Amino acid sequence: MKQAAKAPGRKEVSKESIRTFNNVTVPQAELDDMKRRIAATRFPEKETVNDTSQGVPLATVEAIAHYWGTSYDWRKVETKLNAYPNYITEIDGLDIHFIHVRSKNKNALPIIITHGWPGSIIHQLKLIEPLTIPAAHGGTAADAFDVVIPSIPGYGFSGKPITNGWGPERIARAWVILMKRLGYKKFLAQGGDWGAIITEIMAAQSPNDVLGIHTNMAGAVPPEIDAAAFSGAPAPSGLSAEELEAYERLSFTYKNVYYAYYMGSRPQTLVGLTDSPVGLAVFMMDFEPRYRALISRTFSGIPEGITRDDFLDNATLFWLTNTAVSAARLYWENKVPFFRPKGITIPVAVSVFPDELYEPPRNWAAHAYPNLIYYNKVCKGGHFANWEQPALFTEELRKAFRSLRKQAE
Amino acid sequence: MRTMEKTSSTTAPAIASGEEIRDFKVNKAPQAELDELKRRILATRWPEKEPVDDQTQGVPLATMKALADYWATEYDWRKVEAKLNSYPNFITNVDGLDIHFIHVRSKHPNALPLLVTHGWPGSIIEQLKIIGPLTDPTAYGGNAEDAFDVVIPSIPGYGYSEKPSTTGWGPSRIAYAWVTLMKRIGYEKFFAQGGDWGGLITDIMAVQSPDNILGMATNFPCTVPIEINNAAFGGAPAPDGLSEEEKKAYDQLVFSYKHVSYALIMGSRPQTLLATADSPVGLATIFLDHDQRSLTLISRIFAGHTEGLTRDDVLDNITLCWLTNTAVSGYRIYWENKHAFVAPLGVNVPVVVSAFPDELYQAPRTWAEKAYPKMIYYKKHNKGGHFAAWEQPELLVNDIRAGFKSIR
Repeated sequence: MKQAAKAPGRKEVSKESIRTFNNVTVPQAELDDMKRRIAATRFPEKETVNDTSQGVPLATVEAIAHYWGTSYDWRKVETKLNAYPNYITEIDGLDIHFIHVRSKNKNALPIIITHGWPGSIIHQLKLIEPLTIPAAHGGTAADAFDVVIPSIPGYGFSGKPITNGWGPERIARAWVILMKRLGYKKFLAQGGDWGAIITEIMAAQSPNDVLGIHTNMAGAVPPEIDAAAFSGAPAPSGLSAEELEAYERLSFTYKNVYYAYYMGSRPQTLVGLTDSPVGLAVFMMDFEPRYRALISRTFSGIPEGITRDDFLDNATLFWLTNTAVSAARLYWENKVPFFRPKGITIPVAVSVFPDELYEPPRNWAAHAYPNLIYYNKVCKGGHFANWEQPALFTEELRKAFRSLRKQAE
Repeated sequence: MRTMEKTSSTTAPAIASGEEIRDFKVNKAPQAELDELKRRILATRWPEKEPVDDQTQGVPLATMKALADYWATEYDWRKVEAKLNSYPNFITNVDGLDIHFIHVRSKHPNALPLLVTHGWPGSIIEQLKIIGPLTDPTAYGGNAEDAFDVVIPSIPGYGYSEKPSTTGWGPSRIAYAWVTLMKRIGYEKFFAQGGDWGGLITDIMAVQSPDNILGMATNFPCTVPIEINNAAFGGAPAPDGLSEEEKKAYDQLVFSYKHVSYALIMGSRPQTLLATADSPVGLATIFLDHDQRSLTLISRIFAGHTEGLTRDDVLDNITLCWLTNTAVSGYRIYWENKHAFVAPLGVNVPVVVSAFPDELYQAPRTWAEKAYPKMIYYKKHNKGGHFAAWEQPELLVNDIRAGFKSIR
């Protein structure tokens, strides 16, 4: 990996300097304590159903705890993370951590990729080589990107806000400052989950800085349809079959994200998550039913896309950085409806994965994004498509921005 | 306290059918379990302080640290065991599940039977303060003719009752079980009282079994007209035509609905809240945050301003839940429930309503009269909250005495 051009020497201590951060090493005592806690987990009784309608089944929880407590190796993650150029810089009063990998290809386009909840930079690692060294990963030099992967405030190695106000708008503004500080006057942006919302808000707030965005969780639901789905009303009349399916998925989603309402109103009450590693992992796993089903299969021996280590790398990062509550706080800060159009006029590329919270129909996307440059329904993948289907996801990003590259030439 | 006449002390356990009424003593918790609880409290891994100076993000870190400090260093569970065992406790199997209850008969011959049901996050601990005044009124400022025989059961999945291992134990089934329980004790007809889930279970019992319920009392009245309830749930502006009192109740409801997302997650993902089975302080935090006014009250207590509840009151209840590992089984009633919490259910027996100002909403008399056509008593209090029996036992006992006087 190359070092970033602006990586400072040790003597430069301006707050706004970009400091290298390349030695993630957790004290052994903390790992021992985590293991002790996992082994000492006090479980509830088995659920009273034979399905997942009451949440994560006890047997799955026990399988996670067993693997985590006996076989899992965090040190591998440290090695992996430390192999990338990591940095920290202070923006708007807060330390922001990010990975920054430049491509060797001269025509590489800069892209900032933002994770969501319950996510972290761990979700994006599989994309780094395919995007920065495309020729070695099924692409051509013409597809190269310079990649910036920040940790959202309150997540991973970024600082935890000690005052309120760090909602998606402020994060989006901080990202523009970050990219400029790295020397990128104009750049692309990508995201899913909170990352999609931050990316879309950034596109709306800073259209002169953002060349184009790619989203795998499009905010494309017409407001009146979103309101109906939120309230659980029957589908409005006049929807096409595809729109109707999207509506029903959305209605279902709103009934399955009560954790989001809870975090949005009482983040500080979730102390159990900072005190119980298995409790944290289970809470993170129950993000939504399809994801939960995927992870459940993984822990019953049928891995597909996300491995046991993938899942636990992310959960362990949350645990070791003690960010369960600080991460939940983003829901409290947010005032923006998740799925409604955000007034974006710059070029937008949309990838629709079948197991996403809903599949936005092309006509909704075209309406939400007047400058829709790419729309594709992908055959496989869910909410964390970059993590689960990185090859498909990489191909989406390459295709998504090809037309913009031509314009740039 | 007298022991009850119908205990099965003559029945050898070997031939137990399950339906006999067995004496129950709270076993001393093994010291190792109390030590482990203390170890976990002291080892709590904390989040950072909330970035606000109020309670809008939930229970402030300082409150939880004060609670944890007291819990780990001064709190004494053994006192609770002694207190519980000073009452006659029993277990009997109803509808396939072992149900624990306290049963105290009054020495007064005209005493009427009264079933009192707790809610979440509650237990029999909430009701202990009213046992003496209800069963022995002459010792507590009342008259002999105010006497009740009191039955205080633990809801399935709570405290010393059994945890259901199959689905179906919602409020309706619990209400049927309570009638079976009372008949088994020998009470064909009886009074019933409750708050929170206990309020809903009592209302449902009155609807399902009107011939068995002489009258009911509630401090969590189900009185909100359905269209008003729907509007409040959706956060809509107040409907036209509400009186000032109704408007205030409406605003309280809107606020409450915005602050009970714990009920939604317990109702859909009880099993996913495992952290609270594994972390005593995590459990305590979720218990403190039942509603904003309760949180305010309990926060003041841990800041040194005792009123209504003491630190021990609060921790007795939480420790009982911890030691019985009933956090998740306690949430599951939300998953089982299919009823609106505060909408009228069609109760047609005599009803006594206690409306406390710091309840999720203070039921206006107008709504209560409509919801309960046979309302025989209504009292609007100027102090007290969601846990009336626990926090304002005298006021609640006065309502029960005065309320049922006319139908004795």
